[in-house]
Amino acid sequence: MTVIPLGVPRRLLEFTLDGEPVRAPEGSTILDACRAAGKDVPTLCEGDTLAPKNACRVCVVEVEGARTLVPACSRKAEPGMEVKTDTERARHSRKIVLELLASSVDLSTTPRVAGWIKEYEAKPDRFGPGAARLNEEPRVDNELYVRDYDKCILCYKCVDACGDQWQNTFAISVVGRGFDARIAVEHDAPLTDSACVYCGNCVEVCPTGALSFKSEFDMRAAGTWDESAQTETTTVCAYCGVGCNLTLHVQDNEIVKVTSPHDNPVTHGNLCIKGRFGYQHVQNRD
Amino acid sequence: MDLHFGDSKPTDEEKAAVDALLGPPESSWEGAARDEMTAADLRWARGGRAARERRDLLLPGLHAINDRIGWISDGALDYLCRRLTVPPAEAYGVATFYAMFSVQPRPATVLHVCTDLACAAAGAADLCAGIESRLGLGSGVSVERSPCLGLCERAPAALAIKAGDPVRTAVSAPATVEAAVLAASAPDSAEEEPPAVMAVPQAGGPGLTLLSRIGVVDATSLDDYRAHGGYSALRRAFEIGPAGVIREVTDSGLVGRGGAAFPTGRKWRATAEQPDRPHYLVCNADESEPGTFKDRVIMEGDPFALVESMTIAAYATGAHQGYLYLRGEYPRALRRLEHAIAQARARGLLGDDVLGQGYAFDIEIRRGAGAYICGEETALFNSIEGYRGEPRSKPPFPVEKGLFGKPTVENNVETLVNVLPILTTGAPAYAAIGTGRSTGPKLFCVSGSVDRPGVYELPFGATLGDLLALAGVRDRLRAVLLGGAAGGFVRPDELDIPLTFEGTREAGTTLGSGVVMAFDDTVPLPRLLLRIAEFFRDESCGQCVPCRVGTVRQEEALHRIVERTGAAAAGDIALLREVGRAMRDASICGLGQTAWNAVESAIDRLGAYE
Repeated sequence: MTVIPLGVPRRLLEFTLDGEPVRAPEGSTILDACRAAGKDVPTLCEGDTLAPKNACRVCVVEVEGARTLVPACSRKAEPGMEVKTDTERARHSRKIVLELLASSVDLSTTPRVAGWIKEYEAKPDRFGPGAARLNEEPRVDNELYVRDYDKCILCYKCVDACGDQWQNTFAISVVGRGFDARIAVEHDAPLTDSACVYCGNCVEVCPTGALSFKSEFDMRAAGTWDESAQTETTTVCAYCGVGCNLTLHVQDNEIVKVTSPHDNPVTHGNLCIKGRFGYQHVQNRD
Repeated sequence: MDLHFGDSKPTDEEKAAVDALLGPPESSWEGAARDEMTAADLRWARGGRAARERRDLLLPGLHAINDRIGWISDGALDYLCRRLTVPPAEAYGVATFYAMFSVQPRPATVLHVCTDLACAAAGAADLCAGIESRLGLGSGVSVERSPCLGLCERAPAALAIKAGDPVRTAVSAPATVEAAVLAASAPDSAEEEPPAVMAVPQAGGPGLTLLSRIGVVDATSLDDYRAHGGYSALRRAFEIGPAGVIREVTDSGLVGRGGAAFPTGRKWRATAEQPDRPHYLVCNADESEPGTFKDRVIMEGDPFALVESMTIAAYATGAHQGYLYLRGEYPRALRRLEHAIAQARARGLLGDDVLGQGYAFDIEIRRGAGAYICGEETALFNSIEGYRGEPRSKPPFPVEKGLFGKPTVENNVETLVNVLPILTTGAPAYAAIGTGRSTGPKLFCVSGSVDRPGVYELPFGATLGDLLALAGVRDRLRAVLLGGAAGGFVRPDELDIPLTFEGTREAGTTLGSGVVMAFDDTVPLPRLLLRIAEFFRDESCGQCVPCRVGTVRQEEALHRIVERTGAAAAGDIALLREVGRAMRDASICGLGQTAWNAVESAIDRLGAYE
């Protein structure tokens, strides 16, 4: 039996969501309440295991009395608040944000974004062929995972996962400023010269595929990556006694990557280098 | 945390620069390579949590290295990180955030040449070209184009910083190629800057309140300051107590002068009432809005006034520690304030027992390092704390969780010095100045196409035309920029706009921080707009998408239409409107929210591309 901590009971507060009265536990975000009410508000940088950074601004909604739009992922619901999730104003900002992102980075491996681009009628091409893009080559400097800055939307999730929210390794940070800001290790060195401990928790939380397993990266390059042909099996890591859950992604009888369930109360999706990357012995058939 | 440091070592000089700030390491746990550990060191460990609590010394540490060497090497950064137990990746992220730091080798002398609005209109492009042809490679000077240096009344301007012990600075303004080259090559023998009073055309005038002491008082003498009424406001504050001070400030109707116009009394009361302790006071002297230089003039010409008003603000809100966050481009203001604070401390006007009243308060100066965004109040907190100067999302607001997560009142320099006349003349007399909703005197920074550029003090309610007449506006006025790059343009036929918060709002524009830049028809408007767009693209912190990418797309569209008008520009103008609206609505902070204001106003009010 999995024991899921329930936490202390929370009071319910009432507010209005798209004209309908709703009740949400104290401390919920607007996004929590939207999801509970069955509303789909798009979001890219929101992390189910991390404190919301509200950097992508795709989830903005209109709150009565607020001068600007507010990010649903991080703004806490307040009693009496009047929230509108689908106004022209909110839809306009979402559309533009999707256009700005899709015109500057490669969102081809970002789940769900293609649907939102269609839904909001975003046209990333309209900034012209000369629109500044990152156009950077993927950095392949180790055998475990690849950094592809061309896909990075600077959501800060990897920084938070590496830093004080999970791993406490602090190997990566945002460097530079503005459009030139990048995720990097100290002195912008290769990963192998950095403080990285290869837990892969940054890969786990990356929403766009900017960080990917070397195995996935190579198979995509070779055209053999086929998610529909993969099975996922959750099991227990055998390396030590902690009992972390591993989800093995298997294609053609080969483990192609290892993730971890985010709802696991012990690990919340985090693993160490052995659980995440140490699976070759399983498929050593000599 | 288990920090990893590479094998890059600091030079002796880099180490000395850091040690001069932090003191020598107490044991090899703090700073030395592990192979240098002695047997005694192995008996106990130091550093760790105690060192991490000094994380806010990261920015001063980076300054210490940059001031001494001119740039920040891997070894120097790692040494600073060891001393403070800061992860090198984070420190690298901080060092690369600020424009005045370099993590690449560069010459010891950097000459910052301002290319922002007032300087651009005064020929900064030619100046830059001239300087660069004289100071090419191998000259030992790195010439860098800079955003507004806050010397707009003497445009064009250049600031030379020569690394060493001590660091030397020289300002050349109005700059010629010869003077700027001299300032860079021999900062000690460069011509002295004109006194602050030169920036106040009304100096000595009888009706002045905020500027009354500039040029009259000796800015280096506490006695002279007291002889001119100094510290009478603090005495009154002690007489009426913290609640009394807050009542006076509330009744005076004072609102923040930094641009947001929030009622000061309400902010103070909200902070004072917070049960969480300690409370902090932060003075925002990161005056980086292009066209603004009033805070510099006050700090250079009447520094004790700021020290006194910070003491009053802290007393009223229950703070015992104040931080004065000063932009890195103001070396003379830094020297004057350091001196003023030391004098006040020596005379018991700061410290454990201010004026013998049993109230403790002290001020620490923190230097910014070239980042407009750090003028945003929460970005400023992050900067002081040793993090990247990125704004935080609000709520929670600073009165509840500000600097170091504690209740904090943050005020701009001009706001704070207004507290002195409020206390000396009383709230009713102060509130009688100006209009019903914009009370008191206001400082305006006038620059551009006028005969007498400078800081002007007028009661709220004077019109734009009155102000420009005082400054000697020239013929063939084409446009006036109100409120700086984040503000908006108005037409020459709109000079009857009253300079009040409500009056400018009714006219569909903003007073902002009090910038008034006049441009005659010799200034090419599209180029000016391009410069504004470039400024925002450069200064965006990069945290949120609408601002990070939106400012780039804005600049691209303006590049495309720089020589176009009418139908040829219509498509890009429509695009600008769409992007601008999303930046205004969806950006995290004021920088992104205002990045489209000036361009929009130029299109709508001036017909810039018709």
